Amino acid sequence: MFMAGNVINIFKKELRTYFTTPIAYIVIAIFLVLTGWFFFSTFFLFGQTELRSFFTLLPIIFSFVIPAVTMRLFSEEFNIGSYEILVTLPVSLNEIVLGKFLAGTVFVAMMLVPTLSYAICVGFLGQLDWGPVVGGYLGALLLGAAFTAVGLFASSLTKNQIIAFIIGMIVCFTLTMVDKVLFFLPESMLGFFQFLGADYHFQNTAKGILDSRDIIYFLSATFIALYMASLRIQEKQ
Amino acid sequence: MIEISDLTRYYGDLRALDHISLSIKRGEILGLLGPNGAGKTTLLRILTGYLAPTSGAVTAMGFSIDEKPLEIKKFIGYLPEEAPLYKDMLVYDYLNYVAAVRGITRERKTRRIRELTDICGLSEIMHRSIHELSKGYKQRVGLAHAMMSDPEILILDEPTSGLDPNQIVEIRDIIKVIGKEKTVILSTHILSEVEATCDRVVIINKGRIVADGSTAELKQSSELEYALNITLKGAEGQDVKTLLSPVEGIKEVRELGATNGELAFRLVCDTAKDIRDEVYGKIKQRDWILLEFTQEYKSLEKIFRELTKES
Repeated sequence: MFMAGNVINIFKKELRTYFTTPIAYIVIAIFLVLTGWFFFSTFFLFGQTELRSFFTLLPIIFSFVIPAVTMRLFSEEFNIGSYEILVTLPVSLNEIVLGKFLAGTVFVAMMLVPTLSYAICVGFLGQLDWGPVVGGYLGALLLGAAFTAVGLFASSLTKNQIIAFIIGMIVCFTLTMVDKVLFFLPESMLGFFQFLGADYHFQNTAKGILDSRDIIYFLSATFIALYMASLRIQEKQ
Repeated sequence: MIEISDLTRYYGDLRALDHISLSIKRGEILGLLGPNGAGKTTLLRILTGYLAPTSGAVTAMGFSIDEKPLEIKKFIGYLPEEAPLYKDMLVYDYLNYVAAVRGITRERKTRRIRELTDICGLSEIMHRSIHELSKGYKQRVGLAHAMMSDPEILILDEPTSGLDPNQIVEIRDIIKVIGKEKTVILSTHILSEVEATCDRVVIINKGRIVADGSTAELKQSSELEYALNITLKGAEGQDVKTLLSPVEGIKEVRELGATNGELAFRLVCDTAKDIRDEVYGKIKQRDWILLEFTQEYKSLEKIFRELTKES
């Protein structure tokens, strides 16, 4: 069904486009300023050699930053009409979705790379427990992939990038916050809604606990969002 | 080569294509003519697999577009209207990307891009960003994109719109060269373009095919108005009318007007008979000077207007 070559060609083109336009640099700069400031503003007050406060805020920051990364993936193509050219090239719709998704995810991973310097700094200051750090970064990649898939789906809905950004942000933000507002809900539904919360699963992995339930949650969220994006562009025909 | 049978496409309630059937042979240059909104672009989009038909079938090169869309897309080069290319890419990067997606091997790629650069005249703009290009250059990059894999079928949606006259002639020449071996389908509403480039013309109106044939066939088949235009010096209008009216085959002798003693007439004729010999013979008997003697067929434009006008 998939031709790896086609996916790679689309992936390369999309990733290259991020870096030939100013978007990549602006988004990475904003991300680093936000995370750096939130992390170091309290770091020396607590005097703990850990990255917990960085990972605590990451889902919220991701729910704003990732939709900004993914908003152009389909919307821009719909808007300028290049989508017509893309679809009439010999690539399948699923290959297009997958190539764009991979480009977005790799971009998010590249955005995380400079934050490794926080871990290294903290490592020099004292005894850093690397377990939660490794778990946190793994979780961040899984979370990033899931949010990228959601953002990609949002982008496939409209040719307006701003609307794509807002839809993506609302969905990501809801997924992050849903387990924080459980006190509004009847007790019988708590478990279900807690399981839906992206932050709940992310904080588990960020403690250094690798639970298959959390991994399956992120992978299935990614898959569902990609599948919806694929259905959406099939229906467009 | 391409078989279209009973193709219908709705946009909501609007019927854009209405039971279209068409068979296109290898090596044909087919011009798709029609007023705006007639369904030209919709038809091309279905052929290229961008849109799915509401009902009906398309097969190309023996593959059905429902079942093997990717196989068909390999054979088709497509230039959409307005050449909507990625704005942020350099021309060279863009062609490179298209070559990669088209599965052209690394060794052949450089050579192929160089060939297309020559054919489409892109050498000056290879390292410019696409959004900087003028419309004409963008159109040429789009053409290079469509021809990248040397496709068996080339589909061009209004390929010459927005170009200057020199560029139009260049692109027509390219199309004619390609059309010797490959099948070319182009849509346009410029009638002279069809006459200049196409072997076959299909006129569609409101989603239906209203005419199909070579330009010559179209001109003959419709209720043809055929006329001789003559201009005479030293003649009297009434004399000319009495002289020529009896000629069999002339329906009407119409005086168009006089300037500087030159009288212009239009002889509206039946198509069945060639009366030029007889008319010339009659005029020669008199002491008139014959300044102009031309025959005029009904133009494609008139046929087009008749077939597509609001009824």
